[in-house]
Amino acid sequence: MANEEKKEKDPTVEVAYYPGCSLHGTAREYDGSVREVARVLDVRLLELRDWNCCGASSAHMTDHRLAVDLAARNLRIAARERKDLLVPCAACFHRLKAAQKAFRDEPDQPGEGLAEVQVIHVSDWLRKPETLARIRGAVKHPLKGLRLVPYYGCLITRPPAVTGSREPEDPKGMDLLIRVLGAEVRRWSFKTECCGGSLTMPRADLTRILVSRIVKAAARAGAQGIVTMCPMCQANLESRQLDLKKQDREHPLLPVFFATELVAACTSETRQVNRWKPHLIDPAEVLSPAGL
Amino acid sequence: MEEQGTYVTPVWSELLHELSEAGAEVATCYQCGRCSAGCPVAEFFDFKPMQVVRMCCYGMEDALLSSRTIWLCASCETCTTRCPNGIDIARVMDVLRSRALLAGKTAPEPGVTRFHQAFLNSIRANGRVYELGMIANYKLRTGDFFSDAALGLQMLRRGKLSFLPSRIQGAREVRGFFRRKSR
Repeated sequence: MANEEKKEKDPTVEVAYYPGCSLHGTAREYDGSVREVARVLDVRLLELRDWNCCGASSAHMTDHRLAVDLAARNLRIAARERKDLLVPCAACFHRLKAAQKAFRDEPDQPGEGLAEVQVIHVSDWLRKPETLARIRGAVKHPLKGLRLVPYYGCLITRPPAVTGSREPEDPKGMDLLIRVLGAEVRRWSFKTECCGGSLTMPRADLTRILVSRIVKAAARAGAQGIVTMCPMCQANLESRQLDLKKQDREHPLLPVFFATELVAACTSETRQVNRWKPHLIDPAEVLSPAGL
Repeated sequence: MEEQGTYVTPVWSELLHELSEAGAEVATCYQCGRCSAGCPVAEFFDFKPMQVVRMCCYGMEDALLSSRTIWLCASCETCTTRCPNGIDIARVMDVLRSRALLAGKTAPEPGVTRFHQAFLNSIRANGRVYELGMIANYKLRTGDFFSDAALGLQMLRRGKLSFLPSRIQGAREVRGFFRRKSR
């Protein structure tokens, strides 16, 4: 709400930004591209001071209290800074929202305003009509002719009692965004199917089966690439596809983009030589017709 | 509630009490099977999600705590989202896992358990997860040094893994959370 009022007076909106551990490591390109998109939209990201890990799956899967404590520390910092909290990682988003729900369910706990912090996932930020309109106006290199499938995974939308999603079975935010960028959205039924990211290290065998189903479905839908907003999905889908390709030469191999990478590439004046370097699956061939 | 049809009379147990406290009323399950039909990993489970829910009612805790299911559950929340009776089945799995750890059950999926331990150790040490250190810790615990070695090198080359951990100022505060865990 505070931001709505501010927008009237000041074109630059300030939000607190919680990158999370992945965006400082395996999903560095997600972090970089979120920051680029924020500049395009005149949003100033202030990294949450001294943030800690949200605990991800490992904490809540083994200890409820620990999971709530870890997430709550970050929310308290955001509450003190009186800012909305923008979160790119699906797992962080889920844990922060779940901690807020835990505090709302037990109102006698001292929450210090943490349940009132607006926790916003990047996908919800980018799907707002005014944001989409600004991106449309900023596109310099549309993704003409490119066929993509949006892949939401689990934790951006599920469970709706935690995330507040109104369309957990068929989310549409990224669909809208991809169309604004000029690409074609292909219909498929694996939008919210789990990729098994939390099992990818200890049970790579099982994860490969899940990834294979998702990628084959995307290929059947005629997609040339998969678009996601979850760092675990992105790393898991790309890395396990390499294994699958090694086992079976006929297996499709589709690059997996962060939606923000595509927005940044489409709106940037100049073509960044190293933009796609972090990808384990080189998207150059897929993107060259669009001139990216 | 009047008990009839497919409803069961749950046998009181500490487990049921804890589930109820967590907001998971397993006795309301009427075995429709949506949770199990939608579960992406159910085919690898020894007990399907709908069986887990019913077994909780029957007090079959021993079998549940030593099951593969609780460790292979990916926590994707599809079951919770689809349950027509609002049972938070993913939370049921969380409760069962923490009870299994507490009871010192031998995990049938030691790799999964060790992964969670390595992940949490990394948070305890620095307040954030230091991916490279976490992976090394996991490899030491499992003795499995070779799987994904090529992948690790690829990721290093692409700048996807930091060489240095980032330690936060509030690391002590975070460590305190580990001392006052659930029980």
